[in-house]
Amino acid sequence: MLAFTLKRFLQLIPVFIGATLLVYFLVFATPGDPISALSGGKPMTPAVESALRAQYNLDQPFWVQYGLYLKNLVTLDLGMSFSGQEVRDLLARAFPVTARLAVMALAIEAVFGIFFGVIAGMRKGKAFDSTVLILSLIVIAVPTFVLGFVLQFVVGVKLEWAKPTVSGGAGWGELILPAVVLGLVSFAYVLRLTRTSIIENKQADYVRTATAKGLSRGRVINVHILRNSLIPVVTFLGADLGSLMGGAIVTEGIFNVPGVGNLLYRAILKGETPTVVAVVGVLVIVFVLANLIVDMLYALLDPRIRYA
Amino acid sequence: MVQNSEPKPLLEIKDLAITFSTPDGPVNAVRNANLTVMPGETVAIVGESGSGKSTTALAAIGLLPSNGEVSAGQILFDGEDISKASEKRFVELRGNHIGMVPQDPMSNLNPVWKIGFQVKETLKANGLAGNNPKQRVAQVLADAGLPEPETRMNQYPHEFSGGMRQRALIAIGLACRPRLLIADEPTSALDVTVQQQILDHLDTMTSELGTAVLLITHDLGLAAERAEKVIVMYKGQVVESGPALELLRNPQHPYTKRLINSAPSLAAQRGDKHEMAVDEVVAEKSEPLLKVSNLTKVFDIRKGFGRKDKFTAVDKVSFEIPKGTTTAVVGESGSGKSTIAQMVLNLLDATSGDIVFDGQAIGKLSERELFKYRRRVQPIFQDPYGSLDPMYSIYRTIEEPLRIHGIGNQASREKKVKELLDQVSMPASTMHRFPNELSGGQRQRIAIARALALQPEMIVCDEAVSALDVLVQAQVLELLDELQRELGLTYLFITHDLAVVRQIADNVCVMEHGQLVEQGTVDEIFDNAKSDYTRNLLSAIPGASLI
Repeated sequence: MLAFTLKRFLQLIPVFIGATLLVYFLVFATPGDPISALSGGKPMTPAVESALRAQYNLDQPFWVQYGLYLKNLVTLDLGMSFSGQEVRDLLARAFPVTARLAVMALAIEAVFGIFFGVIAGMRKGKAFDSTVLILSLIVIAVPTFVLGFVLQFVVGVKLEWAKPTVSGGAGWGELILPAVVLGLVSFAYVLRLTRTSIIENKQADYVRTATAKGLSRGRVINVHILRNSLIPVVTFLGADLGSLMGGAIVTEGIFNVPGVGNLLYRAILKGETPTVVAVVGVLVIVFVLANLIVDMLYALLDPRIRYA
Repeated sequence: MVQNSEPKPLLEIKDLAITFSTPDGPVNAVRNANLTVMPGETVAIVGESGSGKSTTALAAIGLLPSNGEVSAGQILFDGEDISKASEKRFVELRGNHIGMVPQDPMSNLNPVWKIGFQVKETLKANGLAGNNPKQRVAQVLADAGLPEPETRMNQYPHEFSGGMRQRALIAIGLACRPRLLIADEPTSALDVTVQQQILDHLDTMTSELGTAVLLITHDLGLAAERAEKVIVMYKGQVVESGPALELLRNPQHPYTKRLINSAPSLAAQRGDKHEMAVDEVVAEKSEPLLKVSNLTKVFDIRKGFGRKDKFTAVDKVSFEIPKGTTTAVVGESGSGKSTIAQMVLNLLDATSGDIVFDGQAIGKLSERELFKYRRRVQPIFQDPYGSLDPMYSIYRTIEEPLRIHGIGNQASREKKVKELLDQVSMPASTMHRFPNELSGGQRQRIAIARALALQPEMIVCDEAVSALDVLVQAQVLELLDELQRELGLTYLFITHDLAVVRQIADNVCVMEHGQLVEQGTVDEIFDNAKSDYTRNLLSAIPGASLI
């Protein structure tokens, strides 16, 4: 297990380099000149322009630019944004906000998704099951920005249960509504996945044997059906943590959350390579770590899996 | 007033009918079933799959599938009608009044919980865990004949062999001292020798505890040997019932007669011989088609951190198969017989030794020669559910080898598929159907047709009939026999079931722990076995003492 974990950590290095290289190249290849965008399209003196280009290494060929970026990375220097702020500081401010948002969304979808999924699975074909299935399909089908605006309008503006937008501090309470919106689609997936898994497992021979032993129905469900059914759900949740962090762009936009998504969106518009690469790099690491945790949970849930 | 002179039945099933609601309308799985189990008595229900035997037994413990229900009749347990009992009442009854030992030890233990945990929760649920549940658990496992119970209870099911799992399941079934035990094919997934040990142990335990047993089995020989009373079910109805020996010696219903005739265990005891038309003189003269010499297979077992253990699955095995004959390789699971089959099929490389087919060593074949070899040697595997691609129509399944080997055009291939289906007695209309629409026996016929498509000279049957009911098994064996006579096929027949061997084989190789302990003709092995191991295997065939 230890060797396996170490190996996985070492795998982070090539994954990180590959991902940042790709992103670096994509931003590099994007049409549009970041320096003229910086000046808002107004003409600049050639001296100022070339000074700016030199400052951001934009006068160098691609490989040199990327090499310099990697070199600075070793000293944890992530570069500067066009507005003159350290990318490191920008990240340090935005990342905790998005992490908070994603963790809340994950908790919401896990708790409610599994809860309703179990009930639906145990009552397959009954009214509750059918209702939940249709509702979840609607949630999946409607785009997040529609759901987001509707909820913002109904809950935030009309009912005034929550503030429609988030303040600069982005505390836990303020983030509940955005977290619900962010987690809603995954909630529907978790629910359906749990339901299917439960339906499959409740027909397993060992479940019948457990019942034949004289166990109560509750114990059969909790001890014998649920644990076995959670294995695919856990995989989904782990992979989803990464998507939630990266996919928060729309939600953060709607509720004006000062998170990573917002930061990334603005940086892409400006062609601000250091910021884009740094944000994506961090997201890649989060994604890989989340998958590592999933693999470990896997071994915890299913004793037949051993890593060597 | 209850009269003391006449003992009251423990379980009485009266005019029972069970109906399943399916998308195609209600299906009557059981009709008018009647049976009585007295306290301490063992009663066997015999029948083929789909006869309603398991359904009847499951109704008695309230475990019918959710689409099934008792539509008429009564199930009286100790005088109380439980056919419509609530779930709550069943939770009270299960475990300490009615226990169950299920069929398949591989799928009936929850893979994610330790064995000890699964026994302990049984005791707890029935209030029998006592002050020292660990000790109780160890005791219960020891009673079921599991060695080293203190260590074993901390292991997971996947660390157990099939026989050990079945012992754990017996421990669970009997942990709470039920008065009635429902044993649903408790040993059909196990080797004959393990089967015998487990059934002996079950007999001892139930007679010590005075437990009545309702034994479900498809093997009439086994039923007659283990039960005082036998009930024969066919298509949801009880067709015959009575004391075991009487029923066996004097069957009334035609179905019972057929069952007795085709039960391999009984046939083997009678010494029934297939009438194979292989001219023995010719067989002796002919060159061996397959010659295996000093065949060895060593597996590396990973132990983590790059350490490896060696495991010798097949150890210096030599035998020959004359053209047009059948050689059976028998042994318990883990004896290396399937490994031999895989090496002969060239699906696995031998560590050392030679396999020579028709004068050619198959270990040294080039890719192209191997392709030709595959055409001459074809497999039929055990599980007809698993070895046919569910997404392929029957036509595509049988036609695929022809297409891969570039034989004929579309029209001639279609004609060939029809011929092949005819050869295995399936209608040509089967072509357009899919495996899930066919029964186990029909699927195995398709597997045979697929194997025959390339007109091979040798067929390797790896437990080809083990998953089938006795009647279907008899039909498939007959078909293989006919094909051998018509086409001069050579069979390498891998099986754990010695009873089947007597029906089909000319020569027998007996394997134990990777070694060939004995080989000879069928008659030599059955009538004059030299090694103790072979004699043990032979005496473990159920029904040995009956005829």
